[in-house]
Amino acid sequence: MRRLLYLLPALLFAALAAYFGMALRPDYDPHELPSAILGKEAPAFVLPGLQGDGIARDALKGGPVVINFFASWCVPCRVEHPLLMRLAQKDGIRIYGIDYKDKPQDATKLLSQLGDPYRAIGLDSDGRTGLDFGVYGVPETYVLDKTGVVRKRFVGPLTVQQVEKELLPLLKTLGPS
Amino acid sequence: MSGHTSRQRADRPPRIISRDGRSPAIAATLLLVILLLLSPGQSSAVEPSEQLANPALEARARALSAGLRCLVCQNETIDESNASLAHDIRVLLRERLTAGDSDAAATRAIVDRYGDFVLLKPPVRPATYLLWFGPAAILLAGLGGSLVWVRRHTRGEPAPPQLTEAEQARLAEILRETDR
Repeated sequence: MRRLLYLLPALLFAALAAYFGMALRPDYDPHELPSAILGKEAPAFVLPGLQGDGIARDALKGGPVVINFFASWCVPCRVEHPLLMRLAQKDGIRIYGIDYKDKPQDATKLLSQLGDPYRAIGLDSDGRTGLDFGVYGVPETYVLDKTGVVRKRFVGPLTVQQVEKELLPLLKTLGPS
Repeated sequence: MSGHTSRQRADRPPRIISRDGRSPAIAATLLLVILLLLSPGQSSAVEPSEQLANPALEARARALSAGLRCLVCQNETIDESNASLAHDIRVLLRERLTAGDSDAAATRAIVDRYGDFVLLKPPVRPATYLLWFGPAAILLAGLGGSLVWVRRHTRGEPAPPQLTEAEQARLAEILRETDR
């Protein structure tokens, strides 16, 4: 029994090493927060449109949707933009954009430069809708199922890995768009 | 050229306390520490336009803000942070208080949106038991372990053997000899 006691420091070290090893993974971001509204219905919103109609939560129900919070002043948003274009055009995903704390003319300029992947865009000029969603930076991407329940949140620009390994498989399970 | 017998003044390190008890170095250090301790802490980032007209409500808002984390910087309170998100949360908090919410309800409105991490003091829940009780538990385990180790190593030490009469007499003789 006493022999086993001598193993204790080694066991403690192994536990600590495992803990630190988990934190040192390349895809682990210690600053990333889990969404507080996961599994809950997305907060209701009715937003004016950028060009044409705006968007409202209830109007989006009926099929899985992707809501992307973006802004013209946000550099990582430009980085993920081509990926959104591909998702919209090649994979046929219903992507809606919410322009967060932005000027409409700046958003229009961004979209004319990089293309428009969104079915419709809502203007969240004061950030209230973002606040209700728990947005703490842009870009953030939310996946809602057909009843409007938030299934997943991606913080920061979407990566190809996230799209292939997490977003597309999830959308597949949520049914047809 | 001086010999090696006397140390040069340049070789000797300066005394911290002089021969007559004075120490400008210690005095200067104490003065610096006192000044630093008296320096003002973090200033508030609350803008005049955000402040509520009702001073009691504003005081509650400030108190609650001091316990909410700004998620952009993550180590400042929303009261201190200049981030635009902190401003938004401050405004939301004040709106809820003005609408008549209790402190708990107003805070819950923010936790509902941002999760437990927005609270600077994490709630005591099974998920956070390790955080709250871990250090005390480790301390107790360490103390317990030390106690066991000490007991194990002091128990059973044999008392020094008693001297026989002949040995005692010899001892007395030796002591007498060394006293002389």
